[in-house]
Amino acid sequence: MNLLGKLDWSAIPLHQPIVMAATAFMALVVVAVLGFITMKGAWPYLWREWLTSVDHKRIGVMYCILALVMLLRGFSDAIMMRAQQAVAAGGAQGYLPTEHFDQIFSAHGTIMIFFMAMPFVVGLMNFAVPLQLGIRDVAFPTLNSVSFWLTAAGALLINVSLAVGEFSKAGWWGYPPLSELQYSPGVGVDYYLWSLQISGLGTLLSGINFVTTILKMRAPGMSYMRMPVFCWTSLATNLLIVAAFPVLTAALAMLLLDRYLGFHFFTNEAGGNQMLYANLFWVWGHPEVYILILPAFGVFSEVIATFSGKPLFGYRSMVVATMAICILSFFVWLHHFFTMGASANVNGFFGVMSMIIALPTGVKIYNWLFTMYGGRVRLTVPVLWTVGFMVTFVIGGMTGVLHAVPPVSFQLHNSVFLIAHFHNVIIGGVLFGAMAGYTYWFPKAFGFALDERWGKASFWCWFVGFYLAFMPLYLLGLMGMTRRMQHYDDPAWQPWLVVAMIGAVVILGGIICQIVQLVVSIRARDKLRVTADPWNGRTLEWATASPPPAWNFSSAPNVTGRDAFWTSKRRDRARQDRPGSAHVYEPIEMPKNSATGFVSAFFAVLIGFSMIWHIWWLACVGLFGAFATLLAFAFRRHPEFEVPAKQIAQFERAQSAGAAA
Amino acid sequence: MRYRILALILLGVTLGGCSEGVLDPKGPIAAAERLILFNSLGIMLAIVIPTILATLAVAFWFRASNLRAAYLPDFEYSGRLELLVWSIPAMTVLLVGGVAWVGAHDLDPRKPISSSVTPVTVQVVSLDWKWLFIYPEQGIASVNKLVVPVGTPVSFELTSSSVMNSFHVPQLGSQIYTMSGMVTRLHLQADHPGTYPGRSTMFSGDGFSDMRFTVDAMTDSGFAQWARQARQTGPALDTQALADLAKPSKAVAPFTYRTVAADLFSGIVDAGMGTQEPSLPICSTPQRAEP
Repeated sequence: MNLLGKLDWSAIPLHQPIVMAATAFMALVVVAVLGFITMKGAWPYLWREWLTSVDHKRIGVMYCILALVMLLRGFSDAIMMRAQQAVAAGGAQGYLPTEHFDQIFSAHGTIMIFFMAMPFVVGLMNFAVPLQLGIRDVAFPTLNSVSFWLTAAGALLINVSLAVGEFSKAGWWGYPPLSELQYSPGVGVDYYLWSLQISGLGTLLSGINFVTTILKMRAPGMSYMRMPVFCWTSLATNLLIVAAFPVLTAALAMLLLDRYLGFHFFTNEAGGNQMLYANLFWVWGHPEVYILILPAFGVFSEVIATFSGKPLFGYRSMVVATMAICILSFFVWLHHFFTMGASANVNGFFGVMSMIIALPTGVKIYNWLFTMYGGRVRLTVPVLWTVGFMVTFVIGGMTGVLHAVPPVSFQLHNSVFLIAHFHNVIIGGVLFGAMAGYTYWFPKAFGFALDERWGKASFWCWFVGFYLAFMPLYLLGLMGMTRRMQHYDDPAWQPWLVVAMIGAVVILGGIICQIVQLVVSIRARDKLRVTADPWNGRTLEWATASPPPAWNFSSAPNVTGRDAFWTSKRRDRARQDRPGSAHVYEPIEMPKNSATGFVSAFFAVLIGFSMIWHIWWLACVGLFGAFATLLAFAFRRHPEFEVPAKQIAQFERAQSAGAAA
Repeated sequence: MRYRILALILLGVTLGGCSEGVLDPKGPIAAAERLILFNSLGIMLAIVIPTILATLAVAFWFRASNLRAAYLPDFEYSGRLELLVWSIPAMTVLLVGGVAWVGAHDLDPRKPISSSVTPVTVQVVSLDWKWLFIYPEQGIASVNKLVVPVGTPVSFELTSSSVMNSFHVPQLGSQIYTMSGMVTRLHLQADHPGTYPGRSTMFSGDGFSDMRFTVDAMTDSGFAQWARQARQTGPALDTQALADLAKPSKAVAPFTYRTVAADLFSGIVDAGMGTQEPSLPICSTPQRAEP
């Protein structure tokens, strides 16, 4: 028996210079970062304050860091594909062999959806929702840490696939039969499956956590109809997560059983059916796009109201629209495969349903428009992202509705027109929203603002780069270009693909501006220092210090209306929610740090990696380790500690002294 | 209507020299689909363009530095505006939804094309990584080249001998998936003689980029002559030849088979079921995918 299962030296792709260079680069960066931390002696600090933290704000920040790092990885894949298609015209084969190209587009989709977009929106929710609700933490703080570390574990596994073995060559949906053992005998699909299973579990736990938090833990007086819209969209998103992610987990588990134990869920033998996978995948997949976009809608709602100096127009409409999207998103999945041969009635039904879901989305656009109407719109970076989103998203929405017309889908399905459409909504919607949220809440998280000039430069690069990169794809789709082509014959396509390539380079400029912005802002942090309420905010997160103390609010806010902070500022211009020194503070119970998340995720990586390489004994070790970790957590003696009233009073005094100075 | 014309002009300008796409239809199905595309686009552009302009105008006019703009800090609800806000998208959805429902029925891939001409049947098999076209009525088969008579409806029966693919000729219209163990149906027609590119649009592995074919639309006599020639040359397509053809290969040059063994196509479908046993009711998909 081989102790290392299928793993041996041949798993390292030494013969592929591009892969090895990328691996070396990644290894170099990791070593540099670890070395830097060691040199600074920052390990104890990192372990204590971040890795084992159960503070929702810290976890939110870590989610966003993960997302930004994965954005770099996913974008590297993207620009490599653009470069390949810009040269591989006529008889040319480009620089990426098919085998590598297929892994790249599969990894790009998987990483961008599961490890960039998801962590970004979950991170923003983690950071902002408890603050907006006026509470101290989420319902299950340690579970929250487990969720994050499981997501990070999935991300780690998928990146390990670059150096050890290979990644899936079956696209980010992994449709059988292509993803079955018969057609994908390598470990690529297993990497895909296990990293998604592990991170999917984290996402589901996070969903349960947030549904509970929003339903059960709001500040006194914060009724449902007083919740900020971001909390509403977060509620909808997490309801969707709880309802949809188990479907994905089940579908992937069935595929795992097919691959590992010779089951027949999606093979034609013994009653299996490949169409079943497509249905299950998209029963999760369509709600998933709303899981991503709804928090972004929430961010835009907050940003537009704050920077217009006005309440959100049509709050109730927004809530109704959000919940309508939440429910309708489960009735549209079949539009991802109108071309599978369903009957005209089925196609017609799902086509019409897909359009109905555009209705609440359209309502939102007009509500944001009327929020700006009559406002004093400060054209800050978050507002630029928001206006850029509104302009871009309606185009993406329009091409989406086009795809919902079955006869149009018969012609444009699987073309690059489709690619252009969903990048139009995911970049123009989710990513712009995440960037708006990042810029908007950054000062709250760290106590200093991001540099405005570099932020604007970044926005314009992304905005222009997006149009350059994806408008040509709309045209190419109409010209008959199919997605996922490593090379093509029609030389007429090449000029447009070169334009798209230039667009990707401009987007790269945007990413560089963002990195520079971060560096410049950190270095000039003393000049960019902000007070508790830098934007003249409306919701409760602006009522507490920047950065907020671990306990968020020294005394629980009392909510008397919608836009709680704005209302209290209006009522009491002098010292809003933070009473003066005469105030008597109560001691606060806070959850203790816990290594449970980090350790259980370590074992999850072990399980995933050993299952991928068939190292059965190691998988048992991992399973046992994870179980023991959870058991140890369950038997903990002191889950909480008390923050003494004196410490809180001291913090508040320092804050008001700082504000006065 | 104004915007529809504008859209047409814009598309016309940008795609001026382009051919071979879905905007250059050569048959009734593709033409009808292009019309639906334009109609839907026109309906939506009529509200999308004003919305974009209004967004930019409002953001610009109500910018904080513009002191001439009114400030209405409490303007957060208006019943009339709410009605408008819900009804604009609703009307659009109603219109385009109607287009979708009617279109889904009129252009259902399984629906035969009504014509006085007797249709030609072609059985399509996707293999790793090439296309096999069987002409049961002519008793011939062709690889990576589909020859059809002009003005005659073509009735396709499609399956796959390996993974999922999608059969698509953009200039003729609708695509449809090919799946092993199942038969999907499609009806197309070419109205003009010519050569049109076709390909698989569903990623199917290593040789996917080369998984293309050409469609030669010929006059009736040209088609008859081609079939006659095909019957005289090339190998015979029997179970053995099929097994050879099914071996993975990329960018195969087109060739024809002079004969085709009886029931070859249904044999491929049955083999795709994986077992020789009678199918369970739950997996009787060949029947299920029939019209």
